[in-house]
Amino acid sequence: MRCLRVRYTKRGKIRFIGHRDVARIWERTLRKANIPVLYSQGFSPHPRISFGLALPTGFESEAEYVDIYLGEEFFLKDFDAELIQQGIDRALPTGMDALKVGIVSTSEDSLQEAVDACVWEVRISGISAEGFKKIRSELFSCDSLSIERERKGKILVEDVRSQIHSMDIAEEHTDGVTILTELGTKPRVLRPTDLLKRINSELRTVRVLRKEQLTLQGNQRIEPLSIELHPAAPAEVLA
Amino acid sequence: MSSLWDELEQFLDDVEKPARYIGGEDGAIDPEHSPEKASWLLIYPDTYEIGLPNQGLQILYEILNERDDSVAERSYAPWVDMSREMRKRKIPLFSVDTHRAAGEFDILAFNLSAELVYTNLLECLDLSDVPLYSKDRNAEHPIVIAGGHCTYNPEPFADFIDIAVLGDGEEVVGEISEIFSHWKSKSGKELDRSGLLRELAGLAGVYVPSLYETTFSKGRLVSILPKVEKNITNVIEKRTISDLEAWPYPKNQLVPLTEVVHDRLNVEIFRGCTRGCRFCQAGMITRPVRERPREQIVSMVEKGLKRTGYDEVSLTSLSSADFSGIENVISEVMTQDSCSPVSVSLPSLRVDAFTVDTASQMQQARRTGLTFAPEAGTWRLRQVINKLISDDDLFAAVESAYSQGWRRVKLYFLIGLPTETDEDTLGIVDLAEKTLEIGRKHHKSPSVTVSVGGFVPKPYTPFQWFGQNTEQELLRKIYLLRDAAKKIRGLKLKWHDSRATVVEGILSRGDRRLAPVLEKVWQKGGIFQEWSEYFDIDLWKNAMEEEDLLIEDFSYRHRDEDEVLPWDHLSAGLHKDFLWQDWRDALNNQGLEDCRWTPCYDCGACTGYGTEHVVASAVPPAGGSQGTGAASQQGNEITVSISEIETVKNLQASGVNE
Repeated sequence: MRCLRVRYTKRGKIRFIGHRDVARIWERTLRKANIPVLYSQGFSPHPRISFGLALPTGFESEAEYVDIYLGEEFFLKDFDAELIQQGIDRALPTGMDALKVGIVSTSEDSLQEAVDACVWEVRISGISAEGFKKIRSELFSCDSLSIERERKGKILVEDVRSQIHSMDIAEEHTDGVTILTELGTKPRVLRPTDLLKRINSELRTVRVLRKEQLTLQGNQRIEPLSIELHPAAPAEVLA
Repeated sequence: MSSLWDELEQFLDDVEKPARYIGGEDGAIDPEHSPEKASWLLIYPDTYEIGLPNQGLQILYEILNERDDSVAERSYAPWVDMSREMRKRKIPLFSVDTHRAAGEFDILAFNLSAELVYTNLLECLDLSDVPLYSKDRNAEHPIVIAGGHCTYNPEPFADFIDIAVLGDGEEVVGEISEIFSHWKSKSGKELDRSGLLRELAGLAGVYVPSLYETTFSKGRLVSILPKVEKNITNVIEKRTISDLEAWPYPKNQLVPLTEVVHDRLNVEIFRGCTRGCRFCQAGMITRPVRERPREQIVSMVEKGLKRTGYDEVSLTSLSSADFSGIENVISEVMTQDSCSPVSVSLPSLRVDAFTVDTASQMQQARRTGLTFAPEAGTWRLRQVINKLISDDDLFAAVESAYSQGWRRVKLYFLIGLPTETDEDTLGIVDLAEKTLEIGRKHHKSPSVTVSVGGFVPKPYTPFQWFGQNTEQELLRKIYLLRDAAKKIRGLKLKWHDSRATVVEGILSRGDRRLAPVLEKVWQKGGIFQEWSEYFDIDLWKNAMEEEDLLIEDFSYRHRDEDEVLPWDHLSAGLHKDFLWQDWRDALNNQGLEDCRWTPCYDCGACTGYGTEHVVASAVPPAGGSQGTGAASQQGNEITVSISEIETVKNLQASGVNE
């Protein structure tokens, strides 16, 4: 069995809606775009779609993924990825754009299992580039970094040092910096906001954007779309 | 004009459900502001989730934005965490469309549909930096308008608004825009606010409270009359649009990005109701019945589903099963070409014509619960309230529901109705028990949820003279029900807080003396009073006491025929003597058939305005007893004396005035 995997964005004002809201929007979007998603059985059937790692409300993203379960006939009769991507894109609300579509087999790992790291772009205020570089080099010179995290009502102390793959300044501003950081998601997602708060409680994150979700293929980390099809022009986002 | 968004996004992460404040819904209109246009901010003074689906607000939003002389945006009451943040940061109430400050609009128009939101009106005005009292506003400030069902007695909040609009808003918002935009264009001259209000008072359906004076004597209202001014009418008549077909709104229903109540496509299939349930204000004030043509409904549903992506449509009205040939409409809607199943829901399922067919047909995509509203526990009391459905009607309806696979049925009742005895009250549990027995024929463990609300007498109903049950009396009845329901497996009992019923009662038939009460409750933080976690009866009781007002006077006492009622200067078309007669008939256990299918009773709603019912079929639908004479023979005759003193005694005997 195969599904349609869609990479989409969540940018601008719509970043303030929650994960459940995103799911509801997808249900309506598929009906609007006439994508014949399969339904679960039972008293109250619902469309079979599944999402990648949940994005915290308020974070933006250029790399959200959804898997849409479809009958095999959908992929057989003149499957046109570009038309499908465009149709979905038109049906999505402002701020959510369908960037790419691909086909994945349902025998592969689910999105949540497959994703091994995320790349984040974080705008930080109240620190100079020099100041940040110092913090960064201190961070990478340590062997361990423990973080307190709440899980099911319990406080866990975990060493997350190995989850920090990279962290670099992407842009300097008069009142702060924008950084790019790749953070591992195993065993548990490490949020850039939690990490930055742990490194230095003075740091103020203004905006967080997920740039990529990556899966490990051999030694390489690549995005979880097995085929790449027609990247769309970046849509204008009102914010 | 500028957007407050940059400031808002700094802290939206920190408030609960930030999606309430972002706008961006599918169907939202990009407003084209210009100095010549009257700019409206349509405000629903409750949370976004409750307010967004409101059809009235959405209709006016589209109409105003289609016009050349007006533009409209929307706002909802910010939740308490948000308003706290806003005050801290000196951010005023804002529109969700372009996030501009409320104070920058010409008109703040509030939709008031329940009494307990009145303090939120004050909260929204205060957040807008607009003086609370109409008398304290000047030409710099927006005009404050109230619409919605509560404006049929706007007296409790009359001092806070500049204008109340009665009835259907489709036409009158245009007329107001026209006058306003013209007034605004008088550049150079000093803009005279009171002149504008006087001009607006000339429009039918428009009430300007500041032009009327109330006189009280010995704690009773004795008159409401125009202050000595020319061209001010003694009685303000409601507005009625006679042809629903001409107003196919909303054309682009708003599809929210976050979850709201009634999250589905809503298509209004008719307005008005003539079933004549005596407790129901909506049924009285929205007469006559005006059906939308079937073809238009089907096309609105078709287009709406396609555009929105919803898989559920609700065919809305006060009594949707009464629509001429509703079965045909439903089957047409269901057979539409679509790749996923579609569900149809009727918000008000009639108990007496619920056919096996419609039940199974309607909910292909998903099944929601079924709710029936017998309203009263015995046939006698149902005759009093004119809800003419027999026990057998109800049993046939639930039989069909259970046999179609539903395991849960909800029943809705009122307690504290006129002439109600404990036998009537306990009849509720009796009906529920029999319903469960029917359920057991079809399921191993069927369930019935009984919801009980406390009756609040409303203006323009035959019960407007009735003394509401006291808090203690309602509580006693709730306990009576609770004890009786305990023993029954599968029966779940829910009830409305009787303290909230008390406050609703005060405001429902209140007068201008309540303005300082509302202000005090609001000042002490009494907002979102319809939310149980924020409702606080003590705020209300204390404020009443400080103002030297008795709950007894407003709620619990019966009114005489000749008493001046606070809404006597307003009219929904209904003749007062018709309502009085209907009140007497009620006390006589005398039902009144639906006038759609019987000769006119001359209630005034049609004859007064030269309108009439717009119905495709002049015969009652099939199934059940349909509130016809046939049904009334089933009940036991109970004699109630019609003399005034006897009547009051009877009411007292039934445990009303304890």
